[in-house]
Parts: sequence; C-alpha cells; structure tokens
Amino acid sequence: MKSKLLALALAASVSMPAMAQAENVKIGMITTLSGGGSSLGIDIRDGFALAVKQGGGKLGGQDVEVMIEDDARKPDKAKQIADKFLKRDKVDILTGLVWSNLALAVVPSAVKGGTFYVSPNAGPSQLAGKLCHENYFNVAWQNDNLHEAMGAYVSSQNLKNAYILAPNYPAGKDALTGFKRFYKGELAGETFTKLGQKDYAAELAAIREAKPDSVFFFLPGGMGIAFMKQYAQSGIEAPVFGPAFSFDQGILKAVGDAALGVKNSSQWNKDIDNAANKAFVAEFQAEYGRLPSLYASQGYDAARLIASALEKTGGVEDADAFRAALKAAEFESVRGAFKFGPNNHPIQDIYVREVIKEGDVLTNKIVGVGLKDHADAYASECSM
Amino acid sequence: MSAAFIFEQLLNSLQLGVMLFVMAAGLTLVFGVMGLINLAHGSLYMVGAFFCAWVAGETGSFWIGLGAGLVAAAAAGAIIEMLVMRRLYDRDHLDQVLATFSLILIFNEGTRWVFGAQPLYLDIPDALATSVPLPGGGGYPLYRLMIIGFGVLTAVGLYLLISRTRLGMQIRAGESDREMIGALGVDINTLYTLVFAIGAMLAGLAGALVGALQSVEVGMGEPVLILAFVVIVIGGIGSIKGALIGAILVGLVDTLGRAFLHQLFALALPPAEANGYGAALASMSIYLLMAIVLAWRPKGLFPVNA
Repeated sequence: MKSKLLALALAASVSMPAMAQAENVKIGMITTLSGGGSSLGIDIRDGFALAVKQGGGKLGGQDVEVMIEDDARKPDKAKQIADKFLKRDKVDILTGLVWSNLALAVVPSAVKGGTFYVSPNAGPSQLAGKLCHENYFNVAWQNDNLHEAMGAYVSSQNLKNAYILAPNYPAGKDALTGFKRFYKGELAGETFTKLGQKDYAAELAAIREAKPDSVFFFLPGGMGIAFMKQYAQSGIEAPVFGPAFSFDQGILKAVGDAALGVKNSSQWNKDIDNAANKAFVAEFQAEYGRLPSLYASQGYDAARLIASALEKTGGVEDADAFRAALKAAEFESVRGAFKFGPNNHPIQDIYVREVIKEGDVLTNKIVGVGLKDHADAYASECSM
Repeated sequence: MSAAFIFEQLLNSLQLGVMLFVMAAGLTLVFGVMGLINLAHGSLYMVGAFFCAWVAGETGSFWIGLGAGLVAAAAAGAIIEMLVMRRLYDRDHLDQVLATFSLILIFNEGTRWVFGAQPLYLDIPDALATSVPLPGGGGYPLYRLMIIGFGVLTAVGLYLLISRTRLGMQIRAGESDREMIGALGVDINTLYTLVFAIGAMLAGLAGALVGALQSVEVGMGEPVLILAFVVIVIGGIGSIKGALIGAILVGLVDTLGRAFLHQLFALALPPAEANGYGAALASMSIYLLMAIVLAWRPKGLFPVNA
C-alpha cells in the first residue's frame, strides 16, 4: 500500500539544524484519501494544509511536521496507522478521521496514552459522553448536532409526519436520535439502510407507501447523491430535509438540480460574514481551484485551533498548558463564534441553508438559524 | 401493505437482479473460458460509468455517453487483457487475484488522477424521467423499467451468441478444452481478447446505466464486484445460466429483505428494535443465502463440469 509522508514544513525544516528539527511538533493525520468517500478526506487534508501553508510551514509560530496517511475508510487500517504514528513516529497530535466507526477504533486508546486528538469531523456520541477524554477535542460538531437542528426546523415548519432514514452505523444511529430529540411530530416511518448502499428503490417504495409529509435523511457521500437522484425520479412530493453532508459543495454538482431548494443544516457556509471566513474561502479557491466544502472548513479550523494553542504554549511539552490552550479555543473560527463545552465539543450556532444556483454553480445560502448556541446532549454523561 | 407496494418491490427485485446479471455475466464468462479470476471487473464498471458521465457532460446526450462508456470499457478490457491478463492464464488463482487486485488500485488512483476526487454528474435522460402507472396505484420509474429491458436483452443476446454463433461455439469449446481448440487452429489469443472485451463491455454497460441512477465516483466498482461474486458463486462459477438465476435470487432476497424484514420483526418487537434487527439481518441476507446454497450445493446451483 502506498504511504505518503508529506512534510508540509519541508521548506522551513531543510535549512534548519538537526536540533531544531527534533523540536518540531509532529502531527499525524489519518484520513480517507482513496476509494469511496475520499473526497471528504481530501477536503479535510487540503483545508488543514492551507492553514499550515498560510503560516509558512508553521502553526502558531511553531514548526510542524504533518504526516498524512490514507485509511481507505477501513477501521483496521486506521488502527494500524495510528499505532505506527504513536509508537514509531511518536506524534504529539493526531487528527483527520472522517468516519465515526474509525474514530471509535482509534481515539480511545490514543488519548489514553497521552496523545492529543483533534477531530475535524467524526463526533460519535460515545466520545462526547461516557468515553470522553481531556485530550480529545472535536472542532466540528457532535454527530447529533446538525440533525438536531433539522429536527427543530422541520417541526417549526409545521410538518408533523416525517419519514426518516440513515445508514446502520454509529453516526447513522446518532443522526436519527438527534433528529428525534428536537422533532415534535409523528414518524411515518424509520429505516436503517446498509452503509454504502446506493440503490434505494425498496426504501423509496416504502416511503411512498407511508405517505409522509416530509422526509429527513442522513446519507453522507455517494449514498446521498444516489438517494437524491432516485428520490427526484420517484415522483414522491414530500419535501426533503437533511444535514449539510448530502448538500455540500463537493457533491452538489453530482446531485444536480434534484437538490435545488432543499433545506439543510450546517454550522458553516461560505457566505458567513467574518474576516477569517472571507480569507479562507478566497484563499482556498485560489490554492485549489474549487469552492471549499464543509469538510475543508473543518480541516482548516482544526489546524487553526492547534495553531492558537501552539502560539500560547510554544509546544506540547507541557501537556497541561497545551490542553488548557486548546480548551480556550482562542482562534477566529470561519464559522464565527466558537467555544468548547465541558466535554470538549463545540457550542455553536447551527444554520439552515438552502441549495441555490449562483449562475451555473449549485451552492448554498444561509436562510436562518436552526439552533442557537447549541451544545450536545451527551455532556452530562461525560465525567472529566 | 397494498398489492401495488408488493408488486413494486418485486419489480425492484427484478431490476436489481438483471443489473447484477449484466455485471456477473462478464465475470463468469471470463472465468468459464479462461479460468481467470478477475477482481478488476468492478474497475471496468467504473470506467463505463466515468466515460458515460464525461461524454454525456460534454455532448449533453446520455445516449452518446452510454455508447462511449461501452466502447471505453471494452477498450480498457481489451488493453488489460493484452497487457496483463495474458500473462496470468497459466498462473494459479492466487497470482491472478494479486495481479487483478493491483489493477483495482491502479484504476482507482488513475481515475482520480484523470477525473478528480469529487463525484461526477450523470443523470438519466429527460425522456425517461417519468413514471409508468402500475396496476393498483403508484408508479414505477420508466428508467428502471428500461434497465430491466436492457438486462433481458443482454440475457437473450448472450444466449444467442453462445448457442447460435461461431464465436459462441468457440467459447463453449474453450470452456471444455482450451488446448484442443488451439490445436484445431482457432486463434486463441484473439478469442480471449474478444471474450474479455465482451465481459468488460457488459460491466461498462452496468456501470453507465447504474451510474445515472446512483453516483459516479472513484471506488464505485468494489461493492458491486462483491455482489457479482456472490451471484456467480451461488449460480456456479463459469455458468451463465447460473449467473442469471443467481442474480435474480440475490435481487429478490436483498430487496425483499430490505422491504419486509423489519416489518416481520415488528410483529414481535418494539419498532426501534425491529428496525435495528431488520436492518442488520437485511444487510447480511444475501450472504446467508450464499451460505445456505453452498451448504446444499457446494459448487453452486449450476456447476460447470471442469
């Protein structure tokens, strides 16, 4: 298997004496760069790399060495890479995992061993609750959050008979639980699909049979593309709602006009008005020639959170100081106001976006706030 | 539960089944004639989908795209047969698995290199974006009916090709005795390239047709490859008839499992648990089917005499 060793700080470190190199902060990124779902990991990597590049190979003024490896979306592979990063490379900080089942395989043992983990995406309920740890920080969301906002929004639209579906894996279960936590109406039906499933004919027939007044789904990546296209063909009239994952910049083009007008929930959008976001969107486009996605914004924020802590502490030698600096989260997030709750998960606004067309390009605009200053539901289960 | 609902689910089963058959036919044909296990069959499916999406995007016509997808997959098949597969016929299956697995990685990375990591856009033609009314109410997407039509045409076409043409005769002869037909003066290299290209074209057809319905992305071939292997193992490796029956069986078990299992569990359990168990059992149902078939007939339903 290919293993990439991308020393992003190369330019800075080659000219330096060996002593200085030894003090580099080592960051190990395990993410999905090949096979299905790789566009998510690639966006996280590119967002993260952009922040490092903006710092001239440094984060918070410290030289960093970012090692990137591909987990191919396989838990066992992610675990192997994590072991290699921890035992051989002795990284200080791990980051990058896209999928909750991979995060559950890697994170608990890594943080117990004293390494920091900054999650740019996966936020399974277990890691926010019983398995929470002082060295684990999630800079994106707890898995339920975007779904909770959609549940609240669907109820606020006077829809009372929703049909909900999600894949049968940890984040899918979190999604439906989160939706139901804030949704007040009845359920016309609830279905768990197979992870990676692409044909929804059987499910669509069941939806038609159940006659719901709205449909909520969480199907990230290619699953969502397939579902939206087939939903549009099925002739079912009920409006569709979902979290940002199926309506994000990276896949909107592939979904096509079937997505137009769909309301979806997100903690970030490219039109959020603050200086950090404007710079991020412009520079990401300049660097990579495409609009940034939600995942890219999370990768970028993960790097900038680490940068804010390194700037204060100058390194990770004093773990307590570094931890406190991460927890303070004194950085300008591209999403605007951001702080950590007691279980190191974000407290933030979750917006409702609508898919629109800007010229020929499908994209999102914010049309409202789903939940304000929203924290996750598992903080009380976390004893830290 | 209405009769129309059950009928719709049966149509869904049939549609999934014939699509799996188109995919599995090429796989089993190549195994039957050349004794080759081709793990890269899913990559040819991906090639068909990507070229269809690309050409359809450039020309605005799905049908031109479909033609391009077929040609590209057949060409890719012929090229890898000449460059790689030809060296593998005399090796054992383990070498074949290793080499064709590496082709999967090469195709995936190559596709990402050429087309980028983000999924491509491919939608069904507007003329087919309607539903046909079903007896008893509801409608069925015309495009899915067309897929069933394509599948049936493929099955009939393969049957005629193999039983009625000279090429078919050579294929059948190749299946029973490879060395002998070489000795009789048949150009075995050309025959193999042709058979491989036909198999690849079928995979490309499946990829392009399904790509319009689902998503066109890197790595789309592997989940289908696994299903295709389940189909040919159930049907008997090397048997086209077996692939047809196996594909329909897998389509039925998978679709009906997804549609009805959780309702079955709901008779005895609270809804949340029924959903969980139903989904879990539905996703393993085809593997259970395979296990049962193999326990009963270890060489599949229609074993090919080796």
